[in-house]
Amino acid sequence: MYNNLWLIPFFPLVGSIINGLLGKKIKNEKVIGSIGTLAIFASFLVACQNFFGLLGSEQKVFQETVASWMTIGNLQVDWGFLLDPLSAVMIMVVTGVGSLIHLYSIGYMHGEVGFYRFFSYLNLFCFSMLMLVLGNNALVMFIGWEGVGLCSYLLIGYYFEKKSAGDAAKKAFVVNRIGDFGFLCGLLTLFWALGSKGVWTLNFVEISENAHLLQSGGLLVTVVTLCFFLGATGKSAQIPLYTWLPDAMEGPTPVSALIHAATMVTAGVYMIGRMNILFAMSPTTMMVVAIVGAATAIFAASIGFAQNDIKRVLAYSTVSQLGYMFLAMGVGAFTAGIFHLMTHAFFKACLFLGSGSVIHGMHHGYHHAHLHDDPQDMRNMGGLAKKMPITYWTFLLSTIAIAGVPLFSAFFSKDEILWWAFGSTRGHWGLWLVGVIAAGMTAFYMFRCVSMTFWGPQKTDPKAKDHIPESPLTITIPLIILAFLAVVGGYVGVPAILGGANHIHHFFEPVFGHAQELYRIEAHGAHATEYALMAISVLVAFAGIGIAIYMYLKKPELPGKFTAAFSGLHRAVFNKWYIDELYDFLFVNPTKKIGTFLWRGFDVCVVDGVVNGTAWVVKGLSAGLRFTQSGFLHNYAAAMVVGVVVIVGYYVFG
Amino acid sequence: MISVYHYMILAAILFAIGTFGVLTRKNTIVIFMCIELMLNSVNLTFIALSRHLGNMDGQIFVFFVMTVAAAEAAVGLALIIAFYRNKESIDVDDFNLLKW
Repeated sequence: MYNNLWLIPFFPLVGSIINGLLGKKIKNEKVIGSIGTLAIFASFLVACQNFFGLLGSEQKVFQETVASWMTIGNLQVDWGFLLDPLSAVMIMVVTGVGSLIHLYSIGYMHGEVGFYRFFSYLNLFCFSMLMLVLGNNALVMFIGWEGVGLCSYLLIGYYFEKKSAGDAAKKAFVVNRIGDFGFLCGLLTLFWALGSKGVWTLNFVEISENAHLLQSGGLLVTVVTLCFFLGATGKSAQIPLYTWLPDAMEGPTPVSALIHAATMVTAGVYMIGRMNILFAMSPTTMMVVAIVGAATAIFAASIGFAQNDIKRVLAYSTVSQLGYMFLAMGVGAFTAGIFHLMTHAFFKACLFLGSGSVIHGMHHGYHHAHLHDDPQDMRNMGGLAKKMPITYWTFLLSTIAIAGVPLFSAFFSKDEILWWAFGSTRGHWGLWLVGVIAAGMTAFYMFRCVSMTFWGPQKTDPKAKDHIPESPLTITIPLIILAFLAVVGGYVGVPAILGGANHIHHFFEPVFGHAQELYRIEAHGAHATEYALMAISVLVAFAGIGIAIYMYLKKPELPGKFTAAFSGLHRAVFNKWYIDELYDFLFVNPTKKIGTFLWRGFDVCVVDGVVNGTAWVVKGLSAGLRFTQSGFLHNYAAAMVVGVVVIVGYYVFG
Repeated sequence: MISVYHYMILAAILFAIGTFGVLTRKNTIVIFMCIELMLNSVNLTFIALSRHLGNMDGQIFVFFVMTVAAAEAAVGLALIIAFYRNKESIDVDDFNLLKW
């Protein structure tokens, strides 16, 4: 039944190779796009087969080894894949959302010079991501981990002729490297720690089985998990390593949707879920994860208030929602974290693709009017609801979903997280409070975004305003499907107190149940409390929506007055709290200075000095001797004769 | 009676003349001929000692020396022609570019 797991990453790899090597010759966009989309869709079909197989099966953890990779001493590393509820959900999200975004890209990237390059990278990304989530040992996961980082770099820098895109790509890569360093440190420490107990392994199942050999709550397990968490903050854009994600919006919009919203940035959450038993063993790390998650959630949401670039708003929203997921992981709500990961993939991909559709339309209008305004600036939009009805409705539904309006998907997942933040044995009411405030802020800035983009009077340049078309079908079909999922995606996890069966909780039982039971991580409290918390978060969400609509629709002059009154605060928020400048001051510039010093001081003086000095010494020593090379044949011949006479004389008379 | 010593002395004289020529003459062709003289004095030594010792190895060796000398003559003369085309001269003192 499960004997074809390897096919799932295999198809995108083939697609990537075909498009990468032959794409330039194929030229035809339809063929290239079809190859890319069909490759990932084939993976989706195989993933479906495995997913439903897993649903109907008693055995919930299945491993498949394709080949042996290396055997070193007691260590055996395989090219192996692991299917369990966690990876099953991840492959469904990656291949499902991935397929839709590939389809969308055919329409969105139409006419781009590097069309084939784009699809090759996108398929390569899907391959890496699937290796990451399917690998049954940490090394295969690490390959995927690095692979997605590489593809992220390539795709952010897709418009490499633009300096800002190249800089953003480099920034993403370098910041991710810091995280990857942490990941590797954690991996090696864990390997050594388990090895010193006699278990040399990198296999996740074996790590889980032998985790009890390490001292629970001990220093070692805390260090290991903190290192892993550093890796997660890099990949998943958490404080302090989140700064690359907003800049990553330089990439094409489908890339933002797939990599920087739905899949790659959730790799850190997935990784914590995969190692849940280790994290559960260290309450200190869990607390750090929860605090960092909550802080990121509220901090990024605050920056989202004052951004005017539609994609940047969504980028900060993504950082904020990822903070939610880490908050969930930190309070032990592993299921809720992955649940939110899934619903977030749906509504955030839909929002990004919707913004892409808007940008596509605005670009078309400006192109028609021969203007060079910024098609991503929301201040130039407004009133687009009539121009792009499908985009509008899908965007609106996803916005309602992310805002946490009851019966939409994020309501269920976010509420589960908040409930655990409050009631879990690892939770705290302070974490809950931050989470609720961030939820209200989310509702506010998302409805601000909708108000500025789709509602109110149209503020586009008059020459362009009547030439903004609805996007083609390849763009709108993925939007409709994703909006549908964004609305209903939450119904797999309706909590018990609302009369639901919380299917997803039971589904994840085999993965997370063990750790939660062993280390007594559970959410407890009266039903009344749970109802009250739910009511508060719903009220806060509606308050956020109401304020946004009031400020940006009913009284459009209010935001201006507000920013005038608090100009200092507004400037700070608008400039992202000057975090980039702070990092430049603290890390980037000192690093550059060290680099300059090593170049001018060490490389030029010491290294070059030694090399050139050797040459000078040799030259000096040979200054006298070189005049024996006179250029006259007779001198050489005489020297030879004298030499022969001396040698022969030595043997004859010596 | 001519003994092997006579041959050896003759060979030594020929070799000395050749060496002297190489060291003193400026004309490249003359130097070249002197080198041939040195080679042939060695050949003479080989053959004389081969006969004296009753061992054919030396005579076989002479064939090789003659072969190599023929090849060397061809290459050497070609070089001399090339020199002449460059410098309108075959005086070795004119070929002194390769020096410190």
